[in-house]
Amino acid sequence: MSTEKLIFEMGAPGRRAALLPAMDIPTKPLDQLVPQDMLRAEPAPLPEVSEIEVVRHFTHLSQRNFGVDTGFYPLGSCTMKYNPKVNEEMAGLPGFARIHPLEHESMTQGAIQLLYELEGYLAEIAGMKRVTLQPAAGAHGEITGLMIIKAYHEHRGEGHRNIVLIPDGAHGTNPASATLADYQTVELKSDARGGVDVEHLAQVLAEHEGKIAALMMTNPNTLGVFDENIIEIAKRVHDVGGQLYYDGANANAIMGITRPGDMGFDVVHLNLHKTTSTPHGGGGPGSGPIGVAEHLVPFLPGPLPAKGHQGYYWEDAGPLSIGRMRANAGNFLVLVRAYTYIRSNGPDGLRHVSESAVLNANYVMRALQDYYELPFDRACMHEFVFSANRQKAVGVRALDISKRLLDFGIHPPTNYFPLIVPEALMIEPTETETKETLDEFIAIMRQIAEEAKHQPELVLEAPHVTVVGRLDEALAARKPNLRWQPEPETAAAKA
Amino acid sequence: MSYVPNTSAEQQEMLRAVGASSIEDLLTPIPEAVRLQRPLDLPPSLAEPDLRRLMVGMAEQNADLDHYISFLGAGTYDHFVPSLVPALVKRSEFLTSYTPYQPEVSQGMLQAIYEYQTMVCQLTNMDVANASLYDGSTAVVEGALMAVGPSGRGEVLVSHALDPQYRATLQTYAHARGFTLREIGLDDGITSVAELEAAMTPETKAVVIQQPNFFGALEDVRGIERVTHTGQAAFIVAITEPASLGVLATPGDYGADIVAAEGQSLGNPMGYGGPALGMFAARNSFLRKLPGRLAGKTVDSRGQDAYVLTLQTREQQIRRERATSNICTNQSLLAVAATIYLAALGKQGFRELGEQCLQRAHYAQERICSLPGFEPIFTRPFFDEFAVRCPMPVEQLNARLRDEGISGGYDLSRDYPELDNAALFCVTETRTRDDIETLVAAMEEVAGENR
Repeated sequence: MSTEKLIFEMGAPGRRAALLPAMDIPTKPLDQLVPQDMLRAEPAPLPEVSEIEVVRHFTHLSQRNFGVDTGFYPLGSCTMKYNPKVNEEMAGLPGFARIHPLEHESMTQGAIQLLYELEGYLAEIAGMKRVTLQPAAGAHGEITGLMIIKAYHEHRGEGHRNIVLIPDGAHGTNPASATLADYQTVELKSDARGGVDVEHLAQVLAEHEGKIAALMMTNPNTLGVFDENIIEIAKRVHDVGGQLYYDGANANAIMGITRPGDMGFDVVHLNLHKTTSTPHGGGGPGSGPIGVAEHLVPFLPGPLPAKGHQGYYWEDAGPLSIGRMRANAGNFLVLVRAYTYIRSNGPDGLRHVSESAVLNANYVMRALQDYYELPFDRACMHEFVFSANRQKAVGVRALDISKRLLDFGIHPPTNYFPLIVPEALMIEPTETETKETLDEFIAIMRQIAEEAKHQPELVLEAPHVTVVGRLDEALAARKPNLRWQPEPETAAAKA
Repeated sequence: MSYVPNTSAEQQEMLRAVGASSIEDLLTPIPEAVRLQRPLDLPPSLAEPDLRRLMVGMAEQNADLDHYISFLGAGTYDHFVPSLVPALVKRSEFLTSYTPYQPEVSQGMLQAIYEYQTMVCQLTNMDVANASLYDGSTAVVEGALMAVGPSGRGEVLVSHALDPQYRATLQTYAHARGFTLREIGLDDGITSVAELEAAMTPETKAVVIQQPNFFGALEDVRGIERVTHTGQAAFIVAITEPASLGVLATPGDYGADIVAAEGQSLGNPMGYGGPALGMFAARNSFLRKLPGRLAGKTVDSRGQDAYVLTLQTREQQIRRERATSNICTNQSLLAVAATIYLAALGKQGFRELGEQCLQRAHYAQERICSLPGFEPIFTRPFFDEFAVRCPMPVEQLNARLRDEGISGGYDLSRDYPELDNAALFCVTETRTRDDIETLVAAMEEVAGENR
């Protein structure tokens, strides 16, 4: 069976999979309670299916999906590490899952305590003064950080600073967030070693004198390369009054080894769904807390968790705060998982995580560098980027290599990113993989490199064993079909 | 426990393979000056049994609704979730997958999102829905940004009866992006259409209201629609309680252009307010301006129906600084939970859900307001929340109710200083007649003590 019907194509009128509580109160006709024209004329045309149909349908769908528990997932920049089961169980405790955000502080002491302590842990990991846990994801953290930087400049009477510098290898969210904060972006070139071109930075700083609001950077960057010039870069940006923003997407490389605060960054976001092992859930929920240096603390969104003589409480934001970034305190149940993970690891464990992530990446990179072009041949951090240029010369592209990996039960690396490497294959093994898994991946990647030379059609036509073959993405975009609709004749028959 | 499987001996072997004598050799690109010269100052690692004891201890410091009777709503709602929803959504193939960029191995998530998008359209009667946003408040922000457009300038009018946290969030973004926000006042608990009409200017790009509004009251949506569209602005409807869509007229019925909703009610735990589920739907004319991901149906190389993320040229990973939004990670897993929940309740069950909330809330309102000193603040029709004037400050009343194991209504004076002694009660299908009578008896006693 290679297709699964839509839930709308299943069931029969009258079937259902859940009963509501017995009605134990006297009722009145609806139109006596709410005027008729405010009522819905027809029920929402939801499916009518039994419990067994719902369970089988979504079980089948899950079987048509690949997760970290299914197999190796070396998706660069996404840190697809193992998601510990204990985290899930702790997040499911009724004392966390079944509590209301507007409940009185005296009734949620454990929740506020957890957030208060987690804030402290993340501040320590990032080398920052304070942290807000509100941002729901990395990009949400980015816009929060940029708003704080903006508020800081405005407070100093320098609201005219309107330029954010972004390296050419940056994640797409960086420039998109800058636009959202009403900033213009200027792209910084990379140098021959894969870091920020300091000469170019100096030129750009001079050219836009007095206009620089911030530099957004990832370090290690999206090439998996640690920028050795970070102290120099930080100094130059600070010298012209700019602030440094740290995109923490790659923080899995640095825990306990170095801290963004010590590198000179003023604002840091951390992707808890990457670094602290909370599951990605097919695209979310994530959590993207940001930490700030002392001079930016007054601008943090509020409220912030606090500890007093009477216990834990929520402290309202001060007059300089940028305001609220969302309703409620953040993605709390994700934060519970992150807290669990940090307490499980402790300081030595977290350092061991980062060191092992770096070792695994170097191990795979060195074993494959004779087979794939390595544009920046130097020790990598937690990830590295190959180019499929050699394979492209014989007609096999990074996309084809990615699809061929699927035949071996391996999720492909991130491809065609960063944009500065043609035919990019960005590989992040993470620390939670065994040596055997890495060796198997190495063997398969070598085999694919051979196939590209000798049996290219095998690679070009991949995947062969997945439930569906390559998709017609052009058709999807040209004739968007974004929802199911009943067949017209079926609708007529029902009416 | 750090979940690193390789032993020290294996790591030594791997180091030899890469020509390094120690991990330190691999870290040389990190300048000494920025190295942390001490261990992180964090509590020591814990084995699972110790970890559990710690976490359970903290969880037990919180008033969970397995042990307390709650009448709190105000944006987050307690609804019954059938066991099959968490059982299915926790399947690790969903839980531990990334955004479905590789469709050949992500058909399950993509099809679930396609079904979710369909159901959001079915609930709201809108043309198109995305794969989710962070929460209701940021969905409203994205709606306003979409209406304001790429210039980032103009004016958005927002009802004073929009959830105060949503208004605060919108204000934060408006300031940074560069558009203006103006509030429209109320008339007997709903947005004043006359004031809105007077406030419209040629710069008005959007009007944002909430239905039912923060007080649970039903807005004059048709009056607002007329004024908004006469002024050429986009009509944005925020919904914090989607259970209302089981019985109330839909945003599509009354001419909404954009719907921004909080979907937590649909099969997801309250979780102290997060993660939540930003639902976003719009008219077809906004198709290529939508924020966030979209799953679409297409065919594969073997001619089979299949699903894929589509129209990605709107998104940050392609369009960068010209993207329609900066969103990347969204709330997919909560969208899947909502899909399973809505399938489980189905056509009949979802309507009954709306009816039960509405009936129980009206019963509770009648009972509470039969007590001396308690009366409705507004005369408007409502869904499952209602505002009550109390004979004492709400915090004083609630402190006593807490002693009885009851979370009382939300103290409206926290956000509306003009509303003193005003409590917002929420009654969903999970509050039984006994729960309601327990509340009423406790309130009667507290009010009696107070006289």
